[in-house]
Amino acid sequence: MPSTMFDRIWDQHVVADLGEGWSLLYLDRILVHDLSGGRAMQEVAEAGYKVAEPRHVFATPDHAVSSAPGRTAETFPVGAKLLKSLRARCAAEGVRMFDLGQRGNGIVHVVAPEMAIVLPGLTLACGDSHTCTNGGVGAMAFGIGASELSHALATQTLPQRRPGTFRIRFEGARPAGVTAKDMILAAIGRFSAAAGTGMAIEYAGSAVRAMSLEERLTLCNLSIEMGAKVGMVAPDDTTFEYLAGRDFAPKGRAWEAALADWRRLPSDAEARFTRDEVIEMASIAPQITWGTSPEQVTAVTGHAPRPEEAPDAARARNWQAALDYMGLAPGQPLIGTKVDWVFIGSCTNSRVSDLRAAAEVLRGRKRAEHVTAWVVPGSEKVKAEAEAEGLHHRFLEAGFEWREPGCALCVSANGEAVPPGARCVSTSNRNFVGRQGTGARTHLASPAMAAAAALAGTIVDVRNF
Amino acid sequence: MAMQSFTTVTGPAIPLMAANVDTDVIIPIQRLVGTGRDGLGPYAFERLRYNKDGSDNPDFIPNREPYRGSPILLAAENFGCGSSREGAVWALMGMGVRCVIAPSFGDIFFANCFQNGLLPVRLPIEEIRRIAEETGASPGNARTTVDLARQVVVTPTGREIPFQVDGRKKEAMLQGLDDIAMTLKQADAIAAWKARDQAARGWAWESVA
Repeated sequence: MPSTMFDRIWDQHVVADLGEGWSLLYLDRILVHDLSGGRAMQEVAEAGYKVAEPRHVFATPDHAVSSAPGRTAETFPVGAKLLKSLRARCAAEGVRMFDLGQRGNGIVHVVAPEMAIVLPGLTLACGDSHTCTNGGVGAMAFGIGASELSHALATQTLPQRRPGTFRIRFEGARPAGVTAKDMILAAIGRFSAAAGTGMAIEYAGSAVRAMSLEERLTLCNLSIEMGAKVGMVAPDDTTFEYLAGRDFAPKGRAWEAALADWRRLPSDAEARFTRDEVIEMASIAPQITWGTSPEQVTAVTGHAPRPEEAPDAARARNWQAALDYMGLAPGQPLIGTKVDWVFIGSCTNSRVSDLRAAAEVLRGRKRAEHVTAWVVPGSEKVKAEAEAEGLHHRFLEAGFEWREPGCALCVSANGEAVPPGARCVSTSNRNFVGRQGTGARTHLASPAMAAAAALAGTIVDVRNF
Repeated sequence: MAMQSFTTVTGPAIPLMAANVDTDVIIPIQRLVGTGRDGLGPYAFERLRYNKDGSDNPDFIPNREPYRGSPILLAAENFGCGSSREGAVWALMGMGVRCVIAPSFGDIFFANCFQNGLLPVRLPIEEIRRIAEETGASPGNARTTVDLARQVVVTPTGREIPFQVDGRKKEAMLQGLDDIAMTLKQADAIAAWKARDQAARGWAWESVA
């Protein structure tokens, strides 16, 4: 019987059938970070358990660390406590940890693919909803809460209920100015922020096959913004070339054995999905969000909606509340809206290809005087690669800040925030109320769109900037 | 690892009714960095709940009588979307909520609820609106009851609306069972799976050994 990639990975990892669609699933890898990792390991120990497979667990501080140039653990004192606890628990349990400044440190979902901690066909869990990012290499990766994390650490398994499957095929040639970020934002706008609830999404189609591995990570990153815990892309030669030789990639004969397994992963041509959709690439333009949910998104040439045109009264109230929070008038064009802050970073868009795309837009120009612009590379490795190419000079010359790796302004759990009322074009993944700081107004967009906004001081269409 | 058992709850159902209520709004992340799980109640919905001077915002429905402190919250679709933070569940429970009724929930939030004894009930939006209307008709004495054992919501007018709940989760919640202890009963199956997999997929093990 034809099966999907998701089915194959799921079935292979079933330790026990628990009934009613539930399975006890084995986890090949667990990632932990500073915000919840130390506490979860502490709870495991206090309950009398040990970390079951410490060699399969990897830790990196990212959420509650400062991104200030020259930062230390102590720069954000509240986070320093979490970091100390993570260090102590990792040492006690024999878990590998990539500390600040070390190769391997950075945003957990940037580090896992770049170190080949995540591989095709693996199951991976982490106490962070953007764990779905890792599906870009062809893994089944999903976010969990604190209790599930304790369970995962103590048993290397999780009881999970089998989700449905949702395939989204992006077909055709990519129009100018359209990035992976624009593709996934357009999909969320079309299908809604809840469309993927209870689903595992597989992204497919000619435009996905043509993507770089880093672009696939961006695509999968926003799966959770469509409601799906899992997003994945079938592995192919692009994946294998990316992974070969990386730190934790199999080597020698093990690599050959892995390749043989990985080539059998992609969904069968006749496989059936619970839901199957096609998006024509020609229909996608550069995107920008206008509201406080990622589904509140438009082509950059669009405008803020008029609540009286909403399909129902509840939606009308919801749109009005979002417009009020965002300080936008109904029907206002997005282009030309004044921007105060620009953030290039996060597990969505902080890889070296993202930084190249942003630097490409600069062409010797400077940021608008009133704009604060931050570039936060996703990891120590990204930072080193970008600096080797001289990207940091180009950002610094344009008046951008070049900062240290971490979640920074995506999550505002680190003492860093966009000020109340300030408008920020951000390459991150959430435009929720208060996400980037109390009262902060977030517009999600691609790195190129964000860089262009910093130069213009307003939202602009990157295609003619 | 601290599950409160759940049997029935009763109270005036709070008609929050918003869609896409994300876990960032339920509990700002700044509070999770510095506050323990038992201290989060006062910060639940912090950005909606308080005025700038720290006083209660009367426009926030859960602040109004008779809803204040009620264990039942009504919402529209995709409640608890976004971040995986379990603090959202701890904060809701800290403000007294034991059951959220919504047409759909964020998947991670939904799983987190069952880990702690907060019952998420899925009902069609029309039913939720009717519960809100019945409550609004006589807010002083309208009471809704959620009965997990019988899997029914009893509305203020006495209508019984059945709801689905996973059998496994229902038992765990009724009894307040610890998931880890349940899983470790499968220790032999886990060991057997590992032995099989190390033979079949040696590459997945050797690369991190």
